[in-house]
Formats: sequence, structure tokens, C-alpha cells
Amino acid sequence: MFAEVPLFPEQASTTAQRVDLLFFFLCTVCGTMSILIAGLVLYFAFKYHRRAEDARTPRITGNNRLEWFWTIAPLFVFFIMFVWGASIYTSVAMPPPDAMEVFVVGKQWMWKIQHPGGQREINTLHIPVDQPVKLTLTSEDVIHDFSVPAFRTKIDVIPGRYVQTWFQPTKVGRYHLFCSQYCGTSHAKMVGIPSEDKDEGIIVMEREEFRQWLGSQAATGSLADQGRQLFFKFQCITCHSANSEARAPVLEGLYGRTVPLKNGRNVVADDAYLRESILYPEAKVVQGWEPIMPTFKGQADEEELLKLLAFIKSLKPGQTPVRNEDALPPLDAPKVPSGGNPRPRESVPTYRPQGKSN
Amino acid sequence: MSTNHAVLAHHFENLEQQRETETFGMWLFLATEVLIFGAVFTCYAVYRLRYPHDFEAASARLNILIGSINTIVLLSSSLTMALSVHAARVGRQQMLLTCLLLTIFLGGTFLGFKALEYYEDYREKLVPVLSFDPGEWTKVEGAEGPVNPQRVQLMLVFYYVMTGLHAVHMIVGMGLLVWLVAEARRGRLTPVRYMPVDIVGLYWHFVDIVWIFLLPLLYLTGTHHTSDLHF
Amino acid sequence: MTSAITTGFIPQAKARPPRIPGENYLNVAFGVKSWLFTTDHKRIAILYLVTVTILFFLGGAAATVIRLNLMTPYGELVPADTYNKLFTAHGIIMVWFFLVPVVPTVLGNFLVPMMIGARDLAFPRINLLSWYVFTTGAVITLWALLAGGVDTGWTFYTPFSSKYARTNVLPTMIGIFISGFSSIMTGLNFIATMHTMRAPGMTWRRMPLFMWAHYAASVILVLATPVLAMALILVGVERAWGIGIFDPELGGDPVLFQHLFWFYSHPVVYIMLLPAMGIVSEIVTCFARKHIFGYVFILWSSIGIAVLGFLVWAHHMFVAGQSVYSAMIFSALSYMVAVPSAIKVFNWTATLYKGSIAFDTPMLFALGFIALFTMGGLTGLFLAALGVDMHVHDTYFIIAHFHFIMVGGAVMGYMAGLHFWWPKMTGRMYSEFLRKLAALIIFIGFILTFLPQFVLGYLGMPRRYHVYPPEFQVLNVMSSAGASILAVGYVLPLFYLFWSLYGGKPSGPNPWGATGLEWQTPSPPPTHNFDETPLVISGPYEYSTEEGALVH
Repeated sequence: MFAEVPLFPEQASTTAQRVDLLFFFLCTVCGTMSILIAGLVLYFAFKYHRRAEDARTPRITGNNRLEWFWTIAPLFVFFIMFVWGASIYTSVAMPPPDAMEVFVVGKQWMWKIQHPGGQREINTLHIPVDQPVKLTLTSEDVIHDFSVPAFRTKIDVIPGRYVQTWFQPTKVGRYHLFCSQYCGTSHAKMVGIPSEDKDEGIIVMEREEFRQWLGSQAATGSLADQGRQLFFKFQCITCHSANSEARAPVLEGLYGRTVPLKNGRNVVADDAYLRESILYPEAKVVQGWEPIMPTFKGQADEEELLKLLAFIKSLKPGQTPVRNEDALPPLDAPKVPSGGNPRPRESVPTYRPQGKSN
Repeated sequence: MSTNHAVLAHHFENLEQQRETETFGMWLFLATEVLIFGAVFTCYAVYRLRYPHDFEAASARLNILIGSINTIVLLSSSLTMALSVHAARVGRQQMLLTCLLLTIFLGGTFLGFKALEYYEDYREKLVPVLSFDPGEWTKVEGAEGPVNPQRVQLMLVFYYVMTGLHAVHMIVGMGLLVWLVAEARRGRLTPVRYMPVDIVGLYWHFVDIVWIFLLPLLYLTGTHHTSDLHF
Repeated sequence: MTSAITTGFIPQAKARPPRIPGENYLNVAFGVKSWLFTTDHKRIAILYLVTVTILFFLGGAAATVIRLNLMTPYGELVPADTYNKLFTAHGIIMVWFFLVPVVPTVLGNFLVPMMIGARDLAFPRINLLSWYVFTTGAVITLWALLAGGVDTGWTFYTPFSSKYARTNVLPTMIGIFISGFSSIMTGLNFIATMHTMRAPGMTWRRMPLFMWAHYAASVILVLATPVLAMALILVGVERAWGIGIFDPELGGDPVLFQHLFWFYSHPVVYIMLLPAMGIVSEIVTCFARKHIFGYVFILWSSIGIAVLGFLVWAHHMFVAGQSVYSAMIFSALSYMVAVPSAIKVFNWTATLYKGSIAFDTPMLFALGFIALFTMGGLTGLFLAALGVDMHVHDTYFIIAHFHFIMVGGAVMGYMAGLHFWWPKMTGRMYSEFLRKLAALIIFIGFILTFLPQFVLGYLGMPRRYHVYPPEFQVLNVMSSAGASILAVGYVLPLFYLFWSLYGGKPSGPNPWGATGLEWQTPSPPPTHNFDETPLVISGPYEYSTEEGALVH
């Protein structure tokens, strides 16, 4: 029975190797310190135990050199620990550019996972081995935490914002997925625990096998395609269209660019900005445009937002779909002003990749 | 010495030690108070920096006339409070009583105006939950486009939490002042035993100073026009 | 059968020790009123002792059910909601109604005036009021916890606590809010007393380290508690009226609450720990019969902990989406706060050098404190390392770490102090054999309970889990077995300490041969502590001089 008791977690990602190395270093240093202190206390306890009731002791009040030594010496050791720990943390905060993207939405009490190809999973994540995977996570309700002990990765999933983390699995296998931030009644069941009869949790596959798995999953088009449909459903196309009558900026090549705002500042169009602009359009208005966009808060849920984001990210120059004339504008969409559409001033370009001249 | 004996608590060596201890205790209490207001000021600052225009728009709707009058009233009450302390120290009983009553009157005036202001806010649909109307705010233009009603509401919540907490402190202070008047009328506030006045005075000035911070944070953040100056 | 039992008790009744002569704070008046309206700091300490002891066993009962439930991986004993309410109740009771108040309000209340040679605390009536306020808060919270319960965890994280929880969150928070005022009153009272009421000759540098520890802890009580109060008010406002202060749906920021919460709740760990460290300084010197090694450094390390303790709160939020830079700053500061704790451990060890060490029960507990606190502190270094924290955050590693600090540290220190000063408080000695047995049982039970949790944590078992993967069962069973031993260890003192009140030998004024001012007066002390205001002519740890060493 005891042979089956795990005492150390599986080491299945590049981060895990780095974390474990630091862990062993800490164990060594702290273990040495513990033994040193315990040894000294025990040694003194035996050597100087009270032999006579009226025993006298020498009056020793301290030693400043010794004091300063043990005040300052730990700082050097601590500095090593700090730098080492910070370097791992920093690298986990910066996903490599070639990372495969996966979107995760947490809700009481399940993990909803979407692959860029449109494949969906619950409490399970299939990924290929030796491939960096970037997770973009958000929550529909309370704070959750996406935790994969075998990868030594953990990140709080906070409602109302996107957080990111990444890992690169190094070993084919099936691993635990936990919610680590208490989230209510079934917190302990917001997990993916692989077992003999259940293929749950984090499932790392060979690349070829993963490709086959992707193909075998029924998906109604890629995430970007689904986003494209939503782009029509929510009537975004009505204003964000490619024709010259557009009432809103064209979104081609927008992702990752610096956008000039009406208030004279600039903002990088990242996930958080796109999300905010859909939910709170008036918060950051692009220079040269009027704040006429209605909010889509309450209309698009977290998963739909991720799809729209995937679509906007996928938009290359010239790919804005043709406006569907049959579709009516949304109910609370602003009417076209009588004086014609508010047109961008000539000096303000719509988003175009920098390589091209306007 | 017999009066001293009655005033001196059993566990102190002498009056000087007792006075020192009591004053020191009050200062420590004020340190606690600074932290409790500090916490809510910090939260306010966080959201104010995040949503500056919504906060300005909400601030512009607050009643700056009552706010200003109340500032004058409260500062005057600090003066009468300081005079009470002086009167107690030098043993001028009539002046002490008059100044204490004046302080109570001014404090009451402040609270009266505050109540009036809350009522006006209610009528102007500025009280979240009770009368706040998000629809009204969707048309309001901030410095950079329309404001977000939820964030306006957030500012208003802080307005009520902060002024409400301040008002609670005022009410406690008024209670202490009433107790001082009772003590003074019984002739128990003498140059030997003036510490109660001194300590309540410290508290009263602190509550005043809090208001000095509340006024610019809440009322002066937004742009007001002369046409706003009405009750 | 019956007769055998009866005869067994008769010799004990005959051998009952004599009454303690003279008037003291215990026999000066009798009756309920004389206790409920007392302003004597010693009697208030006893009132607190009774209150927090009851609360400790209530919190312990919750822990017992938690550990029993975790014996199997499938959560068969209680349903998930009940489990969640149990760990919430355990955390809330233990943190706010036991660990924070226990040492300051029981031992601190009793000893602060005595150790500095004063007749009472600066504000005796506020001291009594603090007990009433504390008890009111405790009753409200207990009522909320028992009548329906709360399932937010003791941390009350938003937006779960402000919007999603459907349990008694508001009344619980009101109880905690109220009891917070008692913390403030106690801290304020201690600081004022130490500033203005020291006996002639009791200079700052002659104050016992237990006093310095209380001074530092009181600063935290006075400055941190109001921030928690405000955080609770804001959550309460949001919860009661549905206004989004921390709700992202309405423009709020849920993580802001965590900042406020940990600005209080990290320093609060030092409120628990600092007084316990002070106890250890007193006991180690007394039983090694040595002057403390490095008085000034221990003193400044207490102040250093109090100051730095305020600057590390965000290390509870390393995985809560904070920026890399702020995480790095808080990681570095967290390492800084480890230094003063290390200084203390080194100095206690050095104090033993060339001492004359006796192993009475208080000393056993104090050595237990040093061992467990060192382990707790060193595992803290793992958590301050950003890379490792990312893995063990919110797992059983954290649970084990802070139980080493709070139970192995604070509770062990409290037990040491209670055994050390019990003869002073009651005038009677407790059972020779049982007390050492208790110390041993607690130490072994503790290690067995919490050591497996470090392994569980690194394996990745998250905290607050009602069910868990079956492969973690063996370690959990070990932990639960240890907890049952620990429970026996905590029940034992309850019996022999209680028994000592009736059957204990009179201890005399100074059973341990200690040098502090509190030992210069009879046990139990008279109402005004000292017949004459003492004149202090030397530091607190002159064990190596002739008078100091030979006083009995």
C-alpha cells in the first residue's frame, strides 16, 4: 500500500524542473539551518543542564560582532533565494511568441476550455508535449485558480479581467487540474482528476496524437470563425465595416498595435483593451471617432467575448467581411446622424499595418 | 490637596502622570482613527484614479453650497472648542459653559445641514439603491465622452460611506460634549480636572480635520458653476 | 465497585494543601458582581482566560470534524457545505477569537502592569470595557456561525463574500468588527501604560523583552485593526445594498479587498507571534539562569518585525494577477522580515550557552516553540521565493507553514507562558508528571499532524478541499491521527490546571527563581500588585549575580 503513496509530484514541464531545483536548494539551506540550530540547542541542553540547585552562571550579555554577523549573513543567502525565485516567476509571466493559445473560462464549478480550432472541453485540457501553451483565463463569477501541480503552475482567475500564464509540458501523461482558490460549495469538485474510467484533467499527448485528437473533435468552425459569426450576430459589422461609410474604425491588424486615443494618450490594443472596448466602449475612445458605440455588456458572455477576440486577432488587412446588407442594426445602435456619418479626419488613419503606406 | 485626591485615580502616582497618560491615550486613539479613514481614502483614491471622469461628473452634482457652509460652521466650532479648553484651564466656568454650548450648537448646525443635504441628494436621485437613476446618467457627458452610471454610483457610495462615517464621529462628539456640559454644570470641570475638556477637544479637532480632507476630495473634484449654489 | 472509587478519593481530600494566607486579588471579594464589574487588570485577565479557553475548544472542535472528514478521500462524514462552514468557523474563531487576543489579553493583561511596577493599566475601565466588547463580538459571531454558518473562509474574499455567498456573512462580519474594538482598546492601553506608568528606575532599556514584544504587538493592534474594520464595512455595504465596491460587474475591483484584508491580516500574524516570542525570552533566561544574549538586538528585532510586518502584505497575492514588479518588491521585503525573526532564534540559542539549564514544563514548551517556530519560519522562505510560491500557494504547504507559526509558535508560546506564570496567577502548582506528559504529547501530536501536510502541499493538494484524489489518503490519515494526539495534549492541561486550583501545592512568590518584578510580590498578588512602588536598579535578566541566582 505504501508503495503507491506519492511523496513527490510528477515533474512534467520546463517550469517544474526549474521550480524543483530551487525547492531542493531551499530544502538544503533550510535543512542545514534547522539541523544547526537544533543541534546547538540539544548540545547546550545536555552540556549545560543544571547539576546543582545553586549553580552559578557567567554573566554574558551579548556580542555585537556575532549579532551583526547573523543579522547580515542571512541577507546574502536570502538574496540568492529572491533572485532565483523572481527569475522563474518572471519567465512564467512572459509567454514565448510561438506558444499555442488556449482559452479558459472558470465558473462555479467547472473549467470551460476552448481551443483556437473551436474544440471545447470541460475540466479537461488536451495539449501536445514539448510545445509551449499559453492560457488566457477569465472567470464568470468569483475568483478561481487554475492550478496544475505537475507543471508547478498556478494562477488566480479573476472575474472582469484576463490573466495569462504559460507552460511547456515535457512528459506525456495525465495530470491533476485543481481549482486552488476557494470558490464555494463544490470548490473541491472544480477539478479534473484522471482515473481509470475518466479521461479528465490535463492530458499531454504526442504531437501527432494531439493532431488526430483535434481532428476527431466536433467543432463548429474555429474560434475565430465562431467569432466572425458573432461579429455579424451582434451587428458589429454595421459600423466596423470596410466600406468608406464606416462609422467606426476598421479592426484589421489592430491586435498588438498602439492606438491613439481621443484624450491624446496611447494604448496598446491587447486582450484587456479589446475586452474593455466591447464592454465599456466609452472608456477609451479612438482619436478621430465619436463615442457612439453601445455597450455589449450583458449581451456577450465571457465565452463569446473570447470568440470575438479570436476573430479580431485573426483579422489581417483586407479581411474585414463584406457588410451584410440584410442584417438590421442592433436595437440600441445609434442612428446615422442626419449630416451623414461622422467621418474620420483625414489625418487619422484607420488601422493599417505599418509596412504599407496609406 | 483634598480636591486633588478625589481627582487622582487610584493607580496613578500624581496628577501630572494622569494627565500625561490621558492625553497620550487620546493621541493613540486618533492614530487608530487616521488608519480607519486612511483605509477608505485609499480605496477612494484607487477608483478615483481609475475612473477620473465619472468621479468628476458625480462630484459636480454634489451640493457645494451646503458643503462650503458646513466647512465654515465646523471650523468655527473648532474655535469655540479651543476656547472651552482655555476656559476650563483657567477656571472660567461661565465662559466654559457658553463655549461648550456654542460648540454643540455649531455641531448640531453641521449635522442639520448634512441631513438637509442628504435629503436634497435623495430628491436629486443621487442616493444609490434608494433613488439613483442610472438612465439619467447615460446622457451625461464627461470630459471624454459619456460617463458610466455604475462608476458614478461607485463615487456616490464612497461619498456616503465617507461622510456617513464622519457624521457618526460628529454624533459621538456631540454626545461627549453634552456629557461635558453636565459635568461643567455640576462644577466638576476645574483647573485641576480640565483633562476631559482637553481630550474631547483633541477628538473634536480631529473630526474637523477629517472634514477638511473630505471637502476637496468629494466636493471640489468636479466643476461647479455659480448656478449650482442653491440649497 | 462504588466503595473502591470512593476510598480512592479520600486520601486526596485529606492531603488537601493549606489555604494561601493573606489577602490577594482573588479572595479580596467574592460573587459574580465582583468579577463582572472589576477594573483590576488581573481579574480581567482571568475573565479573558475563561472566555478564550472556551473559544479555543470550540475552534478545536471544528478542526476535529475537519480532520475526521479528511480521513477518507470522498468526504463521507459531512456534506460539502457543512465542511466549508466548518473550516470557516475554525479559521474565524481561532484567528480573531483565540490567537489574536490570547497572549495580550490573558498574560499581557495580567503582567504588563506587574512587570513594569505599576498598580494597574492606564485605563482600567477601558480594559473592562474591552472584555465586554470582545465577548459581545464573540457571541454575535458564534451565533452566526452556529445558526446557519458562514461558508466564505475566514478570508472573506470578494466577490464571493460580497455577492455569491448565501450564508450569514453579515452577522459574522459584524461580530468580528465589534471585537476589533477590543483589540484596539487593549493595544492602546498597553502602549499608554508602558509610556507613562513605569516604576521609578524602570527605564526603556530595563523593560523585560516580554514588555517590548507587547509594545510592538500593540502598535500593530492599534494601526492594523482599523483597516480591517473599514474593509469589513465596505464588504458589508456592498453585500447589504448590492453596490459594487468590489464587484467587477459594477466597476469594482475584487483584488482591492485582498489588499485591505492582508494589510491587516499579515501584521496580525505578528500580533500572535511577538508576545509568544517575548514569553520565550523570559523563560529561556529564567531556566538557563542566564542574562539574555543580545537584549538590544532582540528588542529592535521586535520593533523591526512590527514595522516590516506592515510592508509585506501583498505576498499573499503573488498568484492573484499582480504585476511582476510589485511581486518582486514584496518578495524582497518578505525576506527582510525573516531577518529579525532569525535574530531572535540565534539569540535564544546563544543564551543557553554556559547556562545552568533546568527542564521544567515552561522550558519544555519554550524549547518546543523554538524548534517549531524555526521550522515554520524557514518554510516561510519557500513561500517568499516567487517561483516556489507559484506552486505551493493555496495548498496544504501553506496550511502546514502557518500552523507551524501559529500553533507551533503562538500556541506553544502561550502554553509556555501559562505554565510559567500559572503559579503567580493562582498561587498554586500543577501536577508534576502530567504537565511534562502534556508538553511531550503536544509536541509529538503537532509534528505528526502538520509534517505530512508539507508533503501533501508540495504534491499539490489544494486547501479547503472537502474531497481529494485517493492517492493523498495515507498522508491525510497520518495528519488526522496526529491531530487526535494533539487534541489529547490540549485537553490534559485543562484538567491538571483546573485541578491545581483546589489540590495544587502553594507555590510561594517565586517558584522558578526568576528575577522579574512580578516575582517580587506574593502569589497570587494583592489587588494593587505591590505594597510599595518598587524601585528598579538593574535590568530584568540579572540571573548571574548572587541575589538573582539564589532567589527562591
